[in-house]
Amino acid sequence: MTALTALVLTAVAVLGVAVVLARDPLRQVMLNGLFGLSQVLLFTVLQAPDVAISMAVVSTVAYPAVLLMTIHRVGPQDRG
Amino acid sequence: MNTRTRALLFLPLGAALAAFLLWGLAGLPDFGSTQGPYARYLARHATAQRHVTNVPTSIVFDYRALDTLGEELILFTCVMGTALLLRSSREAEEQRPSDRPTSAAQRHLVSLLIPVTVLLGLWTISYGYLTPGGGFQGGVVCGAAALMLWAAGGYRDHRALTPTGLVDAAEGLGAAAYIGLGLAVLAAGHAFLANVLPLGSTGTLASGGTIAVLNWATGLEVSAATVLVFHEFLKEYVQTLPGAAED
Repeated sequence: MTALTALVLTAVAVLGVAVVLARDPLRQVMLNGLFGLSQVLLFTVLQAPDVAISMAVVSTVAYPAVLLMTIHRVGPQDRG
Repeated sequence: MNTRTRALLFLPLGAALAAFLLWGLAGLPDFGSTQGPYARYLARHATAQRHVTNVPTSIVFDYRALDTLGEELILFTCVMGTALLLRSSREAEEQRPSDRPTSAAQRHLVSLLIPVTVLLGLWTISYGYLTPGGGFQGGVVCGAAALMLWAAGGYRDHRALTPTGLVDAAEGLGAAAYIGLGLAVLAAGHAFLANVLPLGSTGTLASGGTIAVLNWATGLEVSAATVLVFHEFLKEYVQTLPGAAED
């Protein structure tokens, strides 16, 4: 395992925990995007570009868009 | 149950689970040391057997094409479920709420980026079996272009430029083409989804046989499915705008 792999793996672990610990849904969506980006880097470093592209399009386009719209729709009633 | 009892229950059980997981982790092969026989075989022979230079795509659309059919149907079912839950009575076009962005910079910049995004998506799909990419990845990029229509021109433009009837048909056509090709190959006396088309010359767009066809079928299905999901969720979003009709 190279230093680069170790660095990216650490970023994945830290950001993954950060997503779970975030309490505000909006902040959680943003952190989840960064978590996805760290996985894109991980798959790139591990030489799996196909998976990296899949992860990039899902974690930075489709998933956050749907989450943000949902939070906006249900947000005002549920947030204390 | 108070916090103390909960902690007393959690600590021994958590410790046992952690020990079990660590035991399993300790028994794993070293990082990056093992390559399965299947991976070794494909890395060596896939290009010669299927005339494609991107081996993962040959696995997705040929060696494991049946798995991909399952995944495609999962997406198809998800979109159907979303539509069943969220697609209410037909909304009249002129009753759609308008949320045209007020920032000229946003309108112009995003408008400029839409054709670039569509081109990137089509490129990712069409070169999917030569370089990294493929129908799924490129399909989501094309779907993102529909979302950018909303960012550039608002909800009305987004819906007007991606007519639901057309997108519905495209999604069905993509899924049907995948299954139809499999059945056609079956009817011709081969295994379901076997690669029987001419393989073409390696490294060109005219290569891969059925891989190219299934790649495009998946690209169409995923693009349309992504757009349909955005339709339903955006419709929910615009109902929160001032002046939107309640239903």
